[in-house]
Amino acid sequence: MLGYAMKLLTQPTRFAFWLLLGALLLLPFVTDALLGRGWVRIADFAMLYIMLALGLNIVVGLAGLLDLGYIAFFAVGAYCYALTGSPHLALAFPSLFPGGVHLPFWIVLPLAALVAGGFGVLLGAPTLRLRGDYLAIVTLGFGEIIRIFLNNLNAPFNLTNGPQGISRIDPIKVADVSLNASQEIFGITLPSVHLYFYLFLAFTALVIFVSQRLEKSRIGRAWMAIREDEIAASAMGINTRNLKLLAFAMGAMFGGVSGTLFAGFQGFVSPESFSLMESIMVLCMVVLGGMGNIAGVILGGVLLALLPEVLRHSVVPLQQALFGKTIVDPESLRMLLFGGALIAMMLYRPAGLWPSRVRRRELDTDEAAETV
Amino acid sequence: MPFHSVRPLLFAVLALSLAACGKSSSDRAAASGDLVVRIGAAAPLTGNQAHIGKDNESGTRMAIDDANAKGIVIGGRKVHFELISEDDQADPKTATIVAQKLVDNKVSGIIGHLNSGTTIPASKIYSDNGIVQISPSATAVNYTAQGFKTAFRVMANDAQQGRVLGEYAAKNLGAKKIAVIDDRTAYGQGLADEFIKAAQANGAQIVAHEYTSDKAVDFTAVLTAVKGKQPDLLFYGGMDPQAGPMAKQIKALVLNLKFMMGDGGYTPEFIKLASDAAEGAYASLPGVPLAKMPGGKEFETRFVAKYQPIQLYAPYCYDAVNVMIAAMQKADSVEPAKYLPALANISYDGVTAKIRFDEKGDLKGGAITLYQVQKGKWQPLETLGASAAVAH
Amino acid sequence: MEIFLQQIINGLVQGSVYALVALGYTMVYGILGLINFAHGEVVMVGAMLALSALTAMLGWGAPPLLALPISLILAMLGCMVLGYGIERIAYRPLRHAPRLAPLITAIGVSIVLQNLAMMIWGRQYHAFPQLVANQPHLIGGAIINDIQIIIFILALAIMAGLIVVVHRTRLGRAMRAVAENQHAAQLMGVDINRVISITFMLGSALAAIAGVMVSANYGLAHYYMGFLLGLKAFTAAVLGGIGNLRGAMLGGLLLGLIESLGAGYIGDMTGGFLGSHYQDVFAFFVLIAVLVFRPSGLLGERIAERA
Repeated sequence: MLGYAMKLLTQPTRFAFWLLLGALLLLPFVTDALLGRGWVRIADFAMLYIMLALGLNIVVGLAGLLDLGYIAFFAVGAYCYALTGSPHLALAFPSLFPGGVHLPFWIVLPLAALVAGGFGVLLGAPTLRLRGDYLAIVTLGFGEIIRIFLNNLNAPFNLTNGPQGISRIDPIKVADVSLNASQEIFGITLPSVHLYFYLFLAFTALVIFVSQRLEKSRIGRAWMAIREDEIAASAMGINTRNLKLLAFAMGAMFGGVSGTLFAGFQGFVSPESFSLMESIMVLCMVVLGGMGNIAGVILGGVLLALLPEVLRHSVVPLQQALFGKTIVDPESLRMLLFGGALIAMMLYRPAGLWPSRVRRRELDTDEAAETV
Repeated sequence: MPFHSVRPLLFAVLALSLAACGKSSSDRAAASGDLVVRIGAAAPLTGNQAHIGKDNESGTRMAIDDANAKGIVIGGRKVHFELISEDDQADPKTATIVAQKLVDNKVSGIIGHLNSGTTIPASKIYSDNGIVQISPSATAVNYTAQGFKTAFRVMANDAQQGRVLGEYAAKNLGAKKIAVIDDRTAYGQGLADEFIKAAQANGAQIVAHEYTSDKAVDFTAVLTAVKGKQPDLLFYGGMDPQAGPMAKQIKALVLNLKFMMGDGGYTPEFIKLASDAAEGAYASLPGVPLAKMPGGKEFETRFVAKYQPIQLYAPYCYDAVNVMIAAMQKADSVEPAKYLPALANISYDGVTAKIRFDEKGDLKGGAITLYQVQKGKWQPLETLGASAAVAH
Repeated sequence: MEIFLQQIINGLVQGSVYALVALGYTMVYGILGLINFAHGEVVMVGAMLALSALTAMLGWGAPPLLALPISLILAMLGCMVLGYGIERIAYRPLRHAPRLAPLITAIGVSIVLQNLAMMIWGRQYHAFPQLVANQPHLIGGAIINDIQIIIFILALAIMAGLIVVVHRTRLGRAMRAVAENQHAAQLMGVDINRVISITFMLGSALAAIAGVMVSANYGLAHYYMGFLLGLKAFTAAVLGGIGNLRGAMLGGLLLGLIESLGAGYIGDMTGGFLGSHYQDVFAFFVLIAVLVFRPSGLLGERIAERA
């Protein structure tokens, strides 16, 4: 993959690539030394969000299907690993799974991606005919249905352990090395959060790579054609039904992968992590960064994943200094900023902070020929 | 186009500058050569439960101020305790970040978190780093059942409280047919399930188990379904914002039954929201009423004078800090690894109860007090469960 | 039997609440073809404004029977201003943008309103004062009280009033013209901006009424109360056929009945497999089923045809 990626790059960008790779590899150490390990963990979460945002970008940014229940696929992935990698099933069904399942992470990961993809098709199939606003509300309903089922399936048979969530999930292992404990490599001690950082970095790179290839492929161009004008697209011979289903499935798979990593990283999942607000958060990342543009979406993901932390560390001390007490708490301020940003972006910069270059070029030059 | 992700670096720089101004404030205490011991506290200080989280923080802070005023000496050195309080936003993900930060800050012990949903994922990080954690308010059985040696709580768990409530409903209140509603949160569902087990074990029949959510306002459909089964008692597992309107709707639909809740209903808010429908409702609170504990009344007076009326768990936080410090004194060390065995075997008279831990880290012999709304005020009825819970 | 009757009444009351809110959704959708996601938050703001006005006036010693209508009117005025502002700022500039754009601003408006309300009125649940004696009445063993009867009648009356406005007045004709074809309406001398603004203000005034009724019925107001209510009401509007005023009423009542009968009986019917914890799922399943099999809703014909 790396070799192939290299071929795509020109000389100066290749240099920039190695520089960036080096910087990213050093990032956890620099962050750890300067800010503390908590920030490495924040970076880990930021990457999980980037993967989610890139997945949603396929559905919303490329295919133009507004999905307000995207976090459901993240949940499906997380529960796939939680069920197969924890003692829960053994406790709930001692006769069926006497010793527990404890499938290795690397087997669960593709399975979880497939299951999530299946759920994507499940959502996509009945909603193919629906237009933007109807689709938004149905996907929202779908996301809530998944969460409600996860929350309630502890009776009559205990599948998900209900609101209590599933704890004691096995840590992720890479070649028999558990990422949950510090490891020593070449005399350098790598704490658990650093190990997860590198794992997530690799997955993020993979997701970026796949997104990019998809975008440039026939499929990606067909998605964009559907986004711009569905009727024209189908008149050009594009099978809109299959391609929309594929968009849902691909987006869902990315979400599933991210969810699986999340479950292994946290060691605990409960339905409260998959609320509607999380779906909207991921949507904000895509919209703010720039729908349809991978770099923009990454920017959006990083910004929004770090924003709550930054606000927490700046807003409270600032208000304490100015007024002697906290008047506006950072959580409401964050939400207020999100809401305001969503409105402002649509009004003034509908293509996002970092708009897609292709899209701008299309709009600049031969609009009619390219967009259809 | 991978080179675009150069942004994280830029952000790291930005974050660094912000964190730099944040850090300067926390390092000022160590002026006089005292041994500085950091105690971490984590609770939602923003968001929907901020009022309860702040209450927890105040309880913790008061205990730490008291300890500093006393001038405690450990290992031959005078100790200055320093509180590092973090906001977990009641979110499991943020809780692990906050936990990691507290570990980074080299705290000797943790008071927190508030909710079970945050306490459990965070407990893994504390356990991995060998830091003692005492939760003042997490009630899920799961928390101490994970096998972590570092996990303790000074609050009765759902099983202990549910057992006492179920027994009280069936025996003392003589309920034969019982209906249960829970709000499908970790707290409500956990407590309701334990209540059901205990009520059944004491000969009562569960005639209906209905559900609602922690955002609902209309309970008429489930209450009507309950009415059809004609129970003598309804138990609600959930918090006051739902329990208040529920009590009103019970009255409006003329359900002739006793209404009972756990500690989530034992608040002044419940009475405010239910107004006259609150009369006669039962609720429980782990521990002994403050007025009956040595030092309890005095604690309450000082707390109210310094902060605001007690919301819910401030006394438990106060106890959690004190029991932790007592263990440090007993072991003559502030190292978690050294004082942990002392904590596990401690017997300490707190303001909420006599605190001893069982092998899991749960409260041994946790007493639970039942209250009833009488003339618009919560009045203690009796304290139970001290013996029943030991068997656990 | 009493229990069944009681469940029907519960469903009708809950359904009237949905219908009241759904009417506002349907008005705006009928004219603009836009889901005003923020409508639920306007309902909440209405309740909160009324609560503040009421507490202030009672504090000055105003008689309750005077304070109630005045605070209702104040809430309606406040919400009309709010509705006008929302349309001006968040929707009007995007009238010709791709469909996704106004939808996203609508979500943005909803988040902003929710958090502003939280800052202004706090996070706690407010007890809504009960001013008028709320007498219970017995109908065949089932109980219904005054406020619930008022809600039911009010929903019907407002629906009828709106139908008259839309079909019998000049303004209504202009609304229908705008719904049919904005450009053509403009050419015929209709001031479409004015018509759309008025529609939003009308819808927002309805939202304020709905908010006050909901709060009075449950004795409760909270910054989050609008969101779920808005979602359910939207479902109701779609169920009845969005854009159709009678449909909103029918959809609201049906959804209320489905929820209350579902929550009341599904546990016994499925032997405890499904229960009242799936109450919200019923609403969404109904929504998906309607959209899949009959996207135009039960009363397919709309007052305002719009592709």
